[in-house]
Amino acid sequence: MADAVINDMSILIGGDAGQGIESSGAGLCQAFARGGLQVFAMQDYRSRIRGGHNFYQLRLSERPMYSHSNPVHLVLALTAEAVPLHIDNIAPGGAVIFPEGLELDEETCKERGVQCFAMPLASIAEEHGSRIMTNTAALGAAAGVCEWPLSYMEDIIHQNFQAKGPGVVESNLAVAQAAYDLARQRYATAFRYKLQPLDAPPRMLINGNEAISLGALAGGCRFISAYPMTPATSIIEWMAALPPELGVVTKHAEDEIAAVCMAIGASYAGARAMTATSGGGFSLMVEALGLAGMTEVPLVVVEAQRGGPSTGLPTRTEQADLLFVINASQGEFPRLVLAPGTVEECFEAAWRAFNLAERYQCPVIVLTDQFLATSLRTLEKEAIDFSSVIIDRGELLSAEQLESLEDGYRRFAFTDSGISPRAIPGHPKGVYAAASDEHDEYGHITEEIENRRRMMDKRMQKLGAAAREIRPPKRYGPDQADLTLVCWGSACGPCREAVDLINSDGGSANLIHFSDLWPFPAEETASMLDACRRTVAVEQNYTSQLARLIRMSTGRSVDRTVNKYDGRPFSPEDIVDELR
Amino acid sequence: MVTKVDARTYDTTVEITWCAGCGDFAILRALKLALADLDIAPHEVLIVSGIGCGSKLPDYMNANGYMTIHGRPLAVATGAKLANPDLHVLVVNGDGDGYGIGGNHFVHTCRRNPNITQIVENNQIYGLTKGQYSPTSDAGFITTTSPDGAIEAAFNPMAIALAAGATFVGRSFSGEPKHMAEIIARGITHQGYALIDVLQPCVTFNRVNTYAWYRERIYHLEEEQGYDPSDRTAAWIKAQEWGERIPVGVIYQAEGVPTYEEQVRAMEGGSPAGRLLELAKASPTEEYDRLKEQFV
Repeated sequence: MADAVINDMSILIGGDAGQGIESSGAGLCQAFARGGLQVFAMQDYRSRIRGGHNFYQLRLSERPMYSHSNPVHLVLALTAEAVPLHIDNIAPGGAVIFPEGLELDEETCKERGVQCFAMPLASIAEEHGSRIMTNTAALGAAAGVCEWPLSYMEDIIHQNFQAKGPGVVESNLAVAQAAYDLARQRYATAFRYKLQPLDAPPRMLINGNEAISLGALAGGCRFISAYPMTPATSIIEWMAALPPELGVVTKHAEDEIAAVCMAIGASYAGARAMTATSGGGFSLMVEALGLAGMTEVPLVVVEAQRGGPSTGLPTRTEQADLLFVINASQGEFPRLVLAPGTVEECFEAAWRAFNLAERYQCPVIVLTDQFLATSLRTLEKEAIDFSSVIIDRGELLSAEQLESLEDGYRRFAFTDSGISPRAIPGHPKGVYAAASDEHDEYGHITEEIENRRRMMDKRMQKLGAAAREIRPPKRYGPDQADLTLVCWGSACGPCREAVDLINSDGGSANLIHFSDLWPFPAEETASMLDACRRTVAVEQNYTSQLARLIRMSTGRSVDRTVNKYDGRPFSPEDIVDELR
Repeated sequence: MVTKVDARTYDTTVEITWCAGCGDFAILRALKLALADLDIAPHEVLIVSGIGCGSKLPDYMNANGYMTIHGRPLAVATGAKLANPDLHVLVVNGDGDGYGIGGNHFVHTCRRNPNITQIVENNQIYGLTKGQYSPTSDAGFITTTSPDGAIEAAFNPMAIALAAGATFVGRSFSGEPKHMAEIIARGITHQGYALIDVLQPCVTFNRVNTYAWYRERIYHLEEEQGYDPSDRTAAWIKAQEWGERIPVGVIYQAEGVPTYEEQVRAMEGGSPAGRLLELAKASPTEEYDRLKEQFV
């Protein structure tokens, strides 16, 4: 056997929907994370409840990771179909663990240097517990061949099954132990990829949706109305499961139009309110987005993109809604668009979005996608730092300020900044009516020419002030490089790992990543791009929407584009291959 | 009783753009009377409307108002009510807004039962777009979009509200502003969602359903011997009546049904708007930190 590779591998669990792929994967993630390893885990699933191939891909390392990586080193194949689907993505020297009796194309495996580890998973499960514990046996076997201490698995078994009673826990423990022992005894010597626990502080395992939810909560959001839509649904679900004492009102609305309108109503009445959806639901919200823009009501919308158009690829990833969200709704009004690239950025973008929405009294869209929303990553607990969160409600009139008003309240007063001090309904001096029609300073409907011109100027002027809060793109890697990758949002992770791969292979690359996209940071972008030798826009879409936005805003063109629109996220290796 | 408001408190100097004789004037008048009668001050009420002639009403009242987009005021109002249940939240919109484009929100608001009162200005036509047939236009009604007469059966708001679970279903007529003020006041006092459909002639575009047409047909339920609005079966029969005889008054009222917002556990300790005022001063970072443990 070649030298052992320690704590640097990927494991893939593949099987049919309904076979417990997700819960098995999540259990493994927890076991490794509690043993001090860093974990990055990606889910690949279909838009159906039962049947069809699903997989869960975990990458394990001693250093933080920002993406999955290919090829994998160990495949747990719960169905025969899983093997041909993934055989091309198994590293030489890697292995497939599969239930004994499954018909496998062992010839092909051998040709590719992939080892076949047959395991009597079902009979182990039956002997020590019951057949439904086959997944437990598979996980035990995986730990066995990697020689990862079973105790970490045992903790997870206790945690996951204790509600079902001590008998179920005991049986699962026995199944895991038996599979572990047999796999280790039969195959551990032949398998070079090993995992060893490290002494590390306990880390969180968290995905983008969860980080956004935590950020929104810390940012004072106490109202979310939404309509279930993959991959955004887990945001309202997470909020709904919070202890009621925290006071987060969640409303599963009758449709996305109601969802966004409820959030607008709640915000108008003084709450920090949000909605979360994907592109299809956002399409329905578009008219109301203009309502928030016109009536200057703060609004936070999370748009977790998936493959489009129309129903598209409901459970898969894409970055094809960028130009849509920047331009959505008729007419012109200010809005901000944030596109976090990592879970840390998701947390920050969420609370920041509420401050920006209240400061500029307009919609703020947080644009993510399925890959970022659902991929799990280990994260230091300190990275979610609640003490860093600021709640800044912008120009909001206090009761005392309202009390001292003399000539009536002008909700839409013309000001130098374009921002008119806001009153929350409920104070005798703060009474006003807002209208989606053009209106005067008091809010009354008018079509008068001079007023229209000044009101448009007033509203659009806010964008100039907001632009000063927009963050320029971040550079990753050396200041100067032969090749500069340019990306936005979730492509950040695979791109930065691609940069590392290129540089460790003797190449010269760096990355420019955009997390704030509107108002577009044109000046900084232009000067950063002017300093680059060769640029490549790497986007998970067909039409290179960021590259077009850059050209529109700066007159600069990127030299090349790399696009992926098959619904599967870029891996760092995909990007490197494309650039070869 | 010392009252703080009379109906004039709600007056504004804004020019009203409705046609002379429009049934909406009576609704504006009745709403002011009802609010004054209940001693609700302008800052204690929020009137949400959609788009259409009647949805301009908040512009003509000195009160918190929000003229939103076509068909959506119930959803906006529901959000506002959940954010601050202390506000008296009303929705005022037309039949196209409320029953056509907003039909989905209407049905779901009925079964949701928020403490919101909706007044539908039902003139059986689209006025602001100059005379197209509406969901409540009777079959055969000739307009620019139904030149051969409307083919669909008319939408029956009373029956649909009842079927969908509304806890207060009432009807009034623009020719009787005092009666309307009473019904509106009862709707506002009702704990839960109240629908008040107001027969409101469009004097410009609807030459069929005129003041005279309605006057010939309406009769008052409160004058019906033994009519009990809490009797759901009796209400269902009254809700079907249209044509020769049209009942006005409270068709149905179920008392004691908890409102939506009363049942939201997260609102027991305060409203979202109220809590935010506290959070802006100090955040419970220790409670938040405990949430992190679920991810470890």
